[in-house]
Amino acid sequence: MTTKPLKLRELAKGEDRFVHGHRMCSGCGAPIVVKQVLMATDYPIVASNATGCLEVSSCIQQFTAWKIPWIHSAFENAAATISGVEAMYKSLVKQGKLEDRNVKFVAFGGDGGTYDIGFQSLSGAMERGHDMLYVCYDNGAYMNTGIQRSSATPFGANTTTCPAGDVIPGKLQQRKDLTKIMAAHGIPYVAQASPANWMDLMKKVQKAFEIKGPKFMNVISPCNRGWRSKTNDAVALARLAVETCYWPLYEIENGVTKITFKPKEKKPLVDFLKPQGRFRHMFNPENEWMLKQAQEYVDNQWERLQKEAAFFGGEEKAEEK
Amino acid sequence: MGKIVAVTGNEACAQALKQINPDVCAAYPITPATDLMQRFSGFVNDGKVDTELVLVESEHSAMSACIGAAAAGGRVATATSSQGLALMWEMLYIAAGTRLPIVMPLVNRALSAPLNIHGDHSDGMGARDTGWIQFYSENAQEAYDNTIQAFRVAEHLDIRLPVIVCMDGFIVSHSIERVEYIDDADVKKFVGKFVAVNPLLDIDNPKSYGPLILTDLYHEYKRAQHEVMTRVPKVVLEVAAEFEKMTGRRYGLFETYRLEDAEMAVVVMSSAAGTTKDIIDQYRDRGVKIGLLKPRMFRPFPFAEIANALKHVKAIAVLDRADSFGGMGPLYSEIAGAVMQMDTKPAMINKIFGLGGRDYLPDQAEHVIDELITLAKTGKVQAVKEYIGVRE
Ligand SMILES: Cc1ncc(C[n+]2csc(CCOP(=O)(O)OP(=O)(O)O)c2C)c(N)n1
Ligand code: SF4
Ligand SMILES: [Mg+2]
Repeated sequence: MTTKPLKLRELAKGEDRFVHGHRMCSGCGAPIVVKQVLMATDYPIVASNATGCLEVSSCIQQFTAWKIPWIHSAFENAAATISGVEAMYKSLVKQGKLEDRNVKFVAFGGDGGTYDIGFQSLSGAMERGHDMLYVCYDNGAYMNTGIQRSSATPFGANTTTCPAGDVIPGKLQQRKDLTKIMAAHGIPYVAQASPANWMDLMKKVQKAFEIKGPKFMNVISPCNRGWRSKTNDAVALARLAVETCYWPLYEIENGVTKITFKPKEKKPLVDFLKPQGRFRHMFNPENEWMLKQAQEYVDNQWERLQKEAAFFGGEEKAEEK
Repeated sequence: MGKIVAVTGNEACAQALKQINPDVCAAYPITPATDLMQRFSGFVNDGKVDTELVLVESEHSAMSACIGAAAAGGRVATATSSQGLALMWEMLYIAAGTRLPIVMPLVNRALSAPLNIHGDHSDGMGARDTGWIQFYSENAQEAYDNTIQAFRVAEHLDIRLPVIVCMDGFIVSHSIERVEYIDDADVKKFVGKFVAVNPLLDIDNPKSYGPLILTDLYHEYKRAQHEVMTRVPKVVLEVAAEFEKMTGRRYGLFETYRLEDAEMAVVVMSSAAGTTKDIIDQYRDRGVKIGLLKPRMFRPFPFAEIANALKHVKAIAVLDRADSFGGMGPLYSEIAGAVMQMDTKPAMINKIFGLGGRDYLPDQAEHVIDELITLAKTGKVQAVKEYIGVRE
């Protein structure tokens, strides 16, 4: 199969494989991410889903938003579950019991289900080499249970388990850099993407589907409930995350790091933090150090990433403005 | 007529799995089940089976992968013990609630703490309420036969539920016994082709597995699950009858031994039943009317059938190789439940034995029967629940 052209007009005519009627909050980033992933390809897809906002809102009783075969079994095991599905596919095709239709296997998990409780299952599935793509929609907290801290929660953020209190002003640790950890598994493809840069995201999905073996994509997924932001700013925030280099867009293919989008002008981190109520306390005068520390961390990470990319020959020019 | 071999319980179960040739197995090592899947891995790597083997990083993932594979639409097996089963606990309910016909030999082993690798039934009893069908086997032959029959029961279109096949850790899993293997072709024919129901891999007819069901319907789903369980005994007996035709070996929901005219009964599962039968023979020679009931199918528990089999006895000793701390032994509770349906209630005692692989010796059986003799005469229970074979 040839990779389909990513023309907006054509894509708009295509059939949705994740449809309306789900009960995610209006303005949630996660369904946008799922739609973009599924829209990027015409391959048949079978998906698993970790427990979390996306899962509980998309398949309730006899109602399902999924037009593809979909399985949810528990919270920490989307990778193990899809690895079983993929193994069965392989077995049945090998035995001639099922026609090979080039089916692609995808696991969707939130940051909690991926960075934390599902980390072992993810690591195991990647090491075993299943032909699958794991997509983490990272909204930076356990949103489904009411905005608790995860290891993906950014430094400083106010969550219900690390509230901005009188003594402890929110989360004091930096995020776990899961994208790099997945790259350290030596798998053929790892990428970071944002739904605001939809072309970049979909190209990465397309690339992933052309590669045999385990692939991982980390996608930022704004959550207006947890981020305390407006319901119409998911895409704007996903864009600011990229433009401030809080969430750089890059890929690591067979060990080679490439920055896939470099903002013309790197915006200050506060542009991303300011519209989000979860960071409000960081703008109090006594918490100035927090803003400074958050900015320093982003600068260091960005610097390192650029060095890595430069080592391998630089970054790709942005194709979308 | 099959081949007579001298093998361990693990070897026999691995042979059963080889003959059944599942499409996918997911496995993780744990003593004493390790040896079973290790042998099976050998069959995979020597091309003796078509199985796709998924060597996961934990038992939680083993059961998760089995769930994905079974939902995908094919024959699936795994095996475990003790802590491994405990780690699967969450997924056991999901496998049963999703009605997935997974078969899992469980090599019974004690649970930590303290750490112990030897046989008792704590692991299986911990999974009692998960919705899995459970068979307990006395010896390697039964473990082999039960494994083969388990696939038929699990995959039966009226059932579609996962099945655990237990054998006692080390006592059966690692002891060499005489086992009669069934011919490959006969096993293949007996087990038949796998019939997929709503397979996830039916790409053109997409299905969603694992919905959210809240207060308006969850209760009804669980009642439906209960109702499926009520259909199991009939299917188990049908499968056993067919199995008997093929092998001459007879299986029921439970086994009785010299129980028909007995005044007293010992109820015990798995390998300890063998020892008990020998002691019963000795007492019978002396004119003592004692018999035995050995449950084979622990879930669903055949209450009515067991009550009927015990209706004429005056005293019952239930031997549990597991404890429910602060409660009665799990087998005792079930037998008491069954006895409640009888017109005249026998006197009942509960003995906890053999935990962590403590040997169940003939003198323990003798003590139990001696106590039963007094109990049948007096009808007076001294201690309802008591540990036996304890070092004081
Ligand atoms: C074993 C287990 N522990 C805890 C939970 C409760 N739980 C369900 S969803 C969830 C949070 C999910 O967070 P994340 O993966 O980030 O997804 P999000 O809801 O943010 O989309 C938690 C803690 C559970 N279902 N299972
Ligand atoms: S809580 Fe957040 S992640 Fe969950 S559905 Fe609402 S907006 Fe989306
Ligand atoms: Mg989250």
